[in-house]
Amino acid sequence: MNNSKNFFEIFSLAVAWEVDFEQLDIKFRTLQKALHPDRFANKNDFEKRLAVQTAATINQAYETIKNPLSRAQYLLQLKDLDASQEKHITSDGQFLMDQMLLREALAEIRGSENAKEALVSLSIEAQQTAAKIQSEFASQYQQKAYNEAFESLAKMQFAIKFIDDINELEAELEDL
Amino acid sequence: MALLQISEPGQSPQPHQRKNAVGIDLGTTNSLVATVRSGSEVILPDEQGRDLLPSVVHYESEGVSCVGYEAAEHNSSDPLNTLSSIKRLLGRGVADIKTLGDSLPYEFTTDDGGMPKINTVHGAVSPIQVSSEILRKLAGRAELTLGGMLDGAVITVPAYFDDAQRQATKDAATLAGIKVLRLLNEPTAAAIAYGLDAEEFDDESQQRTIAVYDLGGGTFDISILRLSKGVFEVLATGGNSALGGDDFDHAIANWLRTELDMGETLNVYEQRVLLEVAKSTKEELSINNQVELDILDTRLVLTRDCMHQLIDDLIEQTLTACKRSMRDANIKADSIDEVVLVGGSTRMPRVAAKVSELFGLEPKCTIDPDLVVAMGAAKQADVLVGNNSTADMLLLDVIPLSLGIETMGGLTEKIIHRNTTIPVAKAQEFTTFKDGQTAMSIHVVQGDRELVSDCRSLARFELRGIPPMVAGSAKIQVSYQVDADGLLNVSARELSSGVESRIEVKPSYGLSDTEITQMLQDSFSHARDDMRLRALREQQVEADRMLEDLRAAIEKDGQSLLDESELQCLQVTLDELKQLRDNTDDHRQLAAQIEVVGKTSEEFAARRMDASIKQALAGLSLDDALK
Repeated sequence: MNNSKNFFEIFSLAVAWEVDFEQLDIKFRTLQKALHPDRFANKNDFEKRLAVQTAATINQAYETIKNPLSRAQYLLQLKDLDASQEKHITSDGQFLMDQMLLREALAEIRGSENAKEALVSLSIEAQQTAAKIQSEFASQYQQKAYNEAFESLAKMQFAIKFIDDINELEAELEDL
Repeated sequence: MALLQISEPGQSPQPHQRKNAVGIDLGTTNSLVATVRSGSEVILPDEQGRDLLPSVVHYESEGVSCVGYEAAEHNSSDPLNTLSSIKRLLGRGVADIKTLGDSLPYEFTTDDGGMPKINTVHGAVSPIQVSSEILRKLAGRAELTLGGMLDGAVITVPAYFDDAQRQATKDAATLAGIKVLRLLNEPTAAAIAYGLDAEEFDDESQQRTIAVYDLGGGTFDISILRLSKGVFEVLATGGNSALGGDDFDHAIANWLRTELDMGETLNVYEQRVLLEVAKSTKEELSINNQVELDILDTRLVLTRDCMHQLIDDLIEQTLTACKRSMRDANIKADSIDEVVLVGGSTRMPRVAAKVSELFGLEPKCTIDPDLVVAMGAAKQADVLVGNNSTADMLLLDVIPLSLGIETMGGLTEKIIHRNTTIPVAKAQEFTTFKDGQTAMSIHVVQGDRELVSDCRSLARFELRGIPPMVAGSAKIQVSYQVDADGLLNVSARELSSGVESRIEVKPSYGLSDTEITQMLQDSFSHARDDMRLRALREQQVEADRMLEDLRAAIEKDGQSLLDESELQCLQVTLDELKQLRDNTDDHRQLAAQIEVVGKTSEEFAARRMDASIKQALAGLSLDDALK
């Protein structure tokens, strides 16, 4: 497919943090209905390969926009700013301290008596933190304050990793 | 006998253009073939009217003696040459066989590739060969009934099959001379058969979530799907490709062995007898509360409750996989609207009850759980081959297990995570470790565990021809692509010099392309003319398809997407193809011209692809505007 298109353009969406997800879903399905390799099962090898590549790009574009972390990264990348994970760290001491406390709380839950309940409330707290960081990112990006946006991106990575770890522990407890 | 077919208006454009497409369910215990006739799916039975083909192959010294019911009759009398449950070995290595233990009473040998082969009186045969015999038998049945060569088949695989197992299935089909339109996941096929799609949805935004619980003879799958108008979107899938009804039989056989004081080691004959008793006992306990057995002069009674104690742990394993998949899909049990039961083992009341308890729903099983997968596959095959142009159906499936590579210390680094929608492509950059390094090796694995040794080894790649540079300055981009069949493709490129690195793929447990070609030739060597005729027929079909396709494309888009000279050039090559198609009997010559046309039309195909992206979204904006 035409490689000069960015992921938002593929779905004829404006390049922005705010996304109309219902529209995204509808457009994603419409494109896949027309271009999925299944539409090319009876074509020659070149067309099949082309369809696989196109569908893979559409899937990647969809995932990137749908997931807040990759969307934030991608938005900065489109500004020609390198948003790869290694280079950006946050220097917000209070944030790091909070994160440490949260991690300690998570470690204590393992093996505690009312683990499930404790996990639920920790999960709610983590979700709220993540939502707050995302809205900070949104306004920084809007105001073209990219340095601050990078800082929020780094925080977002922390927050989402923490949510993943909560889910993992939840899974572990459920399997017992 | 060819019956006169009268089709619904719009279902079939013209009778003579209708293509022969089938769906094949290659099962552990039984296999089936189905097709779409007059708009509905039907199983194609054998001459005796039997739907199922037992997945059993019997060998004698000259080769395969029989497949199916006939072969199964040799089960007790000639156990070592009567191969059943072969699907459990497909795409597996020697180490796996050891963990499957005594559940497979065969003698194994290994070839250089690490792929186990089974010793028979005919010599060592690979699981791929055995599976291809089953597929060949089904394809033969279909060709006889449909009255002509097959244009293509959709073959189903457990959703939880890894790359090696999928590749092995596809290789078996190639070996049987079948054109694979698609490998389709069994639970997805079942969802299609239930027609849990189109009609019930009025507009794009309506959707429903369903769980397909599929417990077969040797494999277990759970898939969570979201259905909206014409779209089957798999949200998560999980399972165990080495857990099924066979394991219930083994649990019961073990109990029998203990009750009968038969000691730890049994000979092959005793094993088979115990397994057959176990299997019939299990089936009877689905109907009655207890079974009385008279075996080796001993009277035994097995009650339903007692059997439950033997198998509950196994059922529990399937429920754990269900919970994990719901978590992966980010869905709670109470937001699942429907549960569908698939696979012969779901006939056991205990299984149905446990599933019902987990989801809090009465499961749906209105279509025979043994037939449903083949029927769904047939429906998909009919659409893919182009018989049903009005179908507005889209399947979005996922990769069941993460793909990764080996890094320092035997750890895996994930590249594509499980439950990612396929097709998917990811690229990764590597650099050289030493000055002047010209090669590097990459080990691709599949699985979700941290240690490489706990994952499945898929392939080792040798990248060669990297231009000599200072350590760390070469940039090697390795691209991983998983297609709609769930099959992996890897390519590599050195970025700073643009040199395309050569990749040597050594599949860990499979056949290389050369091996497949060799085996194909071997199987045809005694019928050379036959092979030539078949090859010619295949190329003619391909030429016809291409002519029809490109002529239609030119009529539609030729003026708008090609300039005068491009159009003329394409026309000339097409005319030459038509000329050859009608006059030559050399399949190689025809194949060469097909390739020329293919190359000439590549740019046109790419432009048409871009145009259809624009068109798809333009149609949508118009719809939106009209709302």
